[in-house]
Amino acid sequence: MRWSEPLRRSPVLAVGIVMVVAWVATAALAPWIAPAAPTDMALTAINQGPSTAHWFGTDQYGRDILSRVLYGGRYVLAIAPAATVIGLFLGTVIGLTAAYFGRWVDEVIMRVLDAVMAFPIVVLALLALTTLGASTGNVILVIGLVFAPLIARTARAAALVEVRREYVQAARLRGESAAWILTMEVFPNVRGPLVVEGTIRLGYAVFTSATLGFLGLGVQPPAPDWGLMVSENRALLTSAPWTVLFPALAIAFVVVAFSLVADGLAARETA
Amino acid sequence: MTRFVLRRLLLLLITLAVASVLIFAMTTVLPGNVGRIVLGPFASDQAVQALNHQMGLDRAIPVRYWDWISGVLTGDWGQSLSLDTAVLPLALERLGRSLLLAAYALALLVPVAILAGVVAGRRQGGLFDRVTSIVGLTFGAMPEFVTGVLLIVVFGIWLGWLPVQALPPDGAGLLATLRHLLMPALSLVLLLFAYLFRMARSGMLDELAADYTRTAVLKGLPPAVVIRRHVLRNALLPTITVIGAQLGWLVGGLVVVESLFRYPGIGSLMKAAADNKDIPLLAGCALLITVVYGFANLAADLVYAWLNPRVRHAME
Repeated sequence: MRWSEPLRRSPVLAVGIVMVVAWVATAALAPWIAPAAPTDMALTAINQGPSTAHWFGTDQYGRDILSRVLYGGRYVLAIAPAATVIGLFLGTVIGLTAAYFGRWVDEVIMRVLDAVMAFPIVVLALLALTTLGASTGNVILVIGLVFAPLIARTARAAALVEVRREYVQAARLRGESAAWILTMEVFPNVRGPLVVEGTIRLGYAVFTSATLGFLGLGVQPPAPDWGLMVSENRALLTSAPWTVLFPALAIAFVVVAFSLVADGLAARETA
Repeated sequence: MTRFVLRRLLLLLITLAVASVLIFAMTTVLPGNVGRIVLGPFASDQAVQALNHQMGLDRAIPVRYWDWISGVLTGDWGQSLSLDTAVLPLALERLGRSLLLAAYALALLVPVAILAGVVAGRRQGGLFDRVTSIVGLTFGAMPEFVTGVLLIVVFGIWLGWLPVQALPPDGAGLLATLRHLLMPALSLVLLLFAYLFRMARSGMLDELAADYTRTAVLKGLPPAVVIRRHVLRNALLPTITVIGAQLGWLVGGLVVVESLFRYPGIGSLMKAAADNKDIPLLAGCALLITVVYGFANLAADLVYAWLNPRVRHAME
């Protein structure tokens, strides 16, 4: 089978991958392809509509929106994968621990996870980021933390089947430590569902980081974060809609790309 | 049934109690120094200490939690720092507006998504099925403020059909209110549509392929009767459960949509509390939202149990 075979059979997956690659490339190459620096102000050219000089127009400080949109791709590119990795790590550790020890350990862990999941994700993130302070590092940490319970449930469900198997009993009788059994014996057998969960979470991480940026809880002005640009220019929506529309379209582009990839992968799994 | 309800109620109360500890921990213990957060980095140490003492923050943590939670239970949710008013009445007033918006969104979402799912499921792979699936998925993946911006630009500015202001002027009638709230509600509907649509659609597909459906068709019943009398009941049951699970996204969506449309609900109040570092108001909003969300989830579970004869009979 040639490498291109799965892509030709699933055009949805192919389109999604092309879109993701286009985004990663423009974000990475932003310093070379952007017409201006994202924070360059030109007070003689404020709130101008799209033109040949400024393809996406300019904002209230005369900053070139195209450049800001190109640079803005970098924040999501950094935040989403890092947050997903943190969530996967924490979730797996918690889920495997609950499954392995069972009884009251499992009971306590599950009750606490229930309580964490009793909050809508945005509410939880809003609480945590207000007290921790808004910054890129904290956004990554908080998204990872709020994703951990969901991933922990998947990990626990998969591990519950495994910990009853003979090979785990044998390892216990050999006198191996719990940490060794979980990492060397159980983890390799629950990796599959966790990888699938990780791809889904990656899409949600893009969604959540854009939302937190919009709520002003991520990187701070004058950084060209897409969500932040939408909320900063909210007041100009009727007089200079391009200042809001283009960052919003950029977010739409990336989330649609991820949902196409996730859908293409899911369709391949079931086919 | 009564035992089942009581058991679920008890479980919910335990969850809410743990959630209240988490809110308390995140808003008062985690930041370490509330006085410093409120007054900012340039305030003098004495001022910070004085404020901490005034708010009773220099006492032991369990004492402070007990103080807060017993106040909450007796209706004293503390004072907002930025708005200088009691937290509970303010939060309740805003909650009412949010519930109106949420109910409006659900009233649009549930019938439309179920109907679309049923129609799409009858003709799997047809034009309607494909177009609705793609459009639904696209908007389902998009943050609600992005959808909201697109709606405002298209319907508010280019076409000029709908007001951009979500809050109707004073004394507006019901129709005017609903017109003003249409775009915020649609942002939420588009966020949640895909999931509900897919559940209804796959429920239809499963039940249409079932043996009892074949029997009904083969004994000569007209297709409309087969679907209405046999298929729909079984196909829609899982869909109802999903509505409960979607409430969390709906509530989270309120924070975002209310902020975008400048609608004074509980979500935008919580956002304002976060912006102003108004810790008592922030904690109050988070607690109120969590309580309402918990009870809404419970209600959805109970409706499902009541509608599902398998669960209902198992309980009796």
